[in-house]
Amino acid sequence: MANPADLLYTKDHEWAKIDGDIATVGITDYAQHSLGDIVYVELPRVGQSVAEHASIGVVESVKAVSELFNPVTGEVVEVNPILETDPSAVNRDAFGDGWMYKVKLPNGTPSGLLSAEEYEKLIAE
Amino acid sequence: MYTPHTAADIREMLDVVGVASLDDLVRVPDSVALRTPLEVPPGLPEIELQQTISAYANRNDAVRYTSFLGAGSYRHYVPPVVPAIAMRGEFLTAYTPYQAEVSQGYLQAIYEWQSYICLLTGMDLANASVYDGATALAEGAIMAVNATGRRAILVSAAVHPNYRAVLRTYARGLELDVEELPVAAGGTTDLASLEARLADKRFAAFVVQNPNFFGAIDTPPEAARQAIEASGTVAIGVTAEAMALGALATPASWGAHIAVGEGQSFGVAMAYGGPYVGFIAANKEHMRRIPGRLVGRSLDVHGKSAYTLTLQAREQHIRREKATSNICTNQAHCALCATVYLAAVGAEGLRRCATLNVERAHALAEAVTAVPGFTRRFSAPVFNEVAIRVPLGSSAATILDALQSREILGGVNLGRWYGDLADTILMNATELTTNADIAKLSGALAAIVKEHNLVRA
Repeated sequence: MANPADLLYTKDHEWAKIDGDIATVGITDYAQHSLGDIVYVELPRVGQSVAEHASIGVVESVKAVSELFNPVTGEVVEVNPILETDPSAVNRDAFGDGWMYKVKLPNGTPSGLLSAEEYEKLIAE
Repeated sequence: MYTPHTAADIREMLDVVGVASLDDLVRVPDSVALRTPLEVPPGLPEIELQQTISAYANRNDAVRYTSFLGAGSYRHYVPPVVPAIAMRGEFLTAYTPYQAEVSQGYLQAIYEWQSYICLLTGMDLANASVYDGATALAEGAIMAVNATGRRAILVSAAVHPNYRAVLRTYARGLELDVEELPVAAGGTTDLASLEARLADKRFAAFVVQNPNFFGAIDTPPEAARQAIEASGTVAIGVTAEAMALGALATPASWGAHIAVGEGQSFGVAMAYGGPYVGFIAANKEHMRRIPGRLVGRSLDVHGKSAYTLTLQAREQHIRREKATSNICTNQAHCALCATVYLAAVGAEGLRRCATLNVERAHALAEAVTAVPGFTRRFSAPVFNEVAIRVPLGSSAATILDALQSREILGGVNLGRWYGDLADTILMNATELTTNADIAKLSGALAAIVKEHNLVRA
């Protein structure tokens, strides 16, 4: 699946969609495909302050347990309730229904994230 | 059999590191080294060995005593079927009982233990067991801390003092605050301040024990449940006397999210304090945080029931640096005894045995309080233990000493943990407590009262 051009990406295969001062965060389709069937997602708590690049959760698939690295600094304002009962939503729709949490950004759009083009170059390597 | 290194292996290894002998490898300074032969008596023939060990064992005279000790370790009948099954070689030889290829029998027993614990507590899932009830409480509190991100635990002062001590030990390393709720006049946890204390959402967990350390039924009322839910606190129900689960409402019924406790009462010997078997059960929400082993049931390639460890991603051997507990084993054999016990007595048998405990404790309380000067310390209803206040001018210690000289272990001196209860003895009765035992105790108390001139007519 193509990586949407309106999202920003990290080297750790997370994406962030910036909408005003809110960033919606998830893992990329490439990441979900590498992990295989996802059976559990441990998300941060609403109200939790999260730092850029901190390990703030876990994605567990039938093959592996992976850290979830946070792409943007801010405060968690919402988590995706679907994932509690249906973590496979990440497999089905990594950039849509499989979103993980939303962060309120204190300083507008964060820097240092990759464009879709840069991310594609990274995963092609 | 364990085969150590051969002489050739050792020689080869010494040559690699370049020393002449094992003594050269590990040089023990003369100041601390023992250079003379160990003073160990020569070996004995088997018959003499048995006689020698029996003589040592016979010096233990506790079996002669009539006991009313409880306080976390309970004297219950163990049906012969428990050792008959639990001592089978198949259950005793394996070091680690978790390997699905070779341990289907043990894994099935653990699965059944988990299932019994769920039935008894009303929870969704239980683990394969932990060391004891106190460890179970500490691990349950850590689950609550991880679930909420909060750093304080609110625990009733009527929770077993040893359990609270272990909780504090864990809390010190994790830098958690442990605060206590006082005991009300009636002998239950004082919940008057609960709503106010939970309101600022500082507490990860609220911990209460039922029956509590004083034997009293201590189930939080509906108002407490609402305060707990409103504040997002994790409610932990402790059971130190598992027999009570056969008669009292489950922890789930009053709103506990996590149920922890001690399973010794189910077919495990008192054995001077251990080994015992702790249980941890939780509702589904906490499934990923429950420590230790979990056995699940699945189907094998032939479509038959098969048991295997499951949900291990949270475990330290998968993600060591992220592990939230160092529990990586269980009390397999004690849990097996408990499982056989529960299977043998059945639901109806357990209910009847638990009910008999209630009846025996009340017979005990009635007989003891008929002795002039002895009264119930608390008014709350009890399960199988009762707090008895000794006559004015005496102390629990004095009375217990006098009883001990009459070969009676009269109970536990509550003054050991509670400064204002030095005049109070915690007495326990179970299905093994006979009318003759109770008569012996009340007769002795009446004699002591007279002897010490404690109560004036």
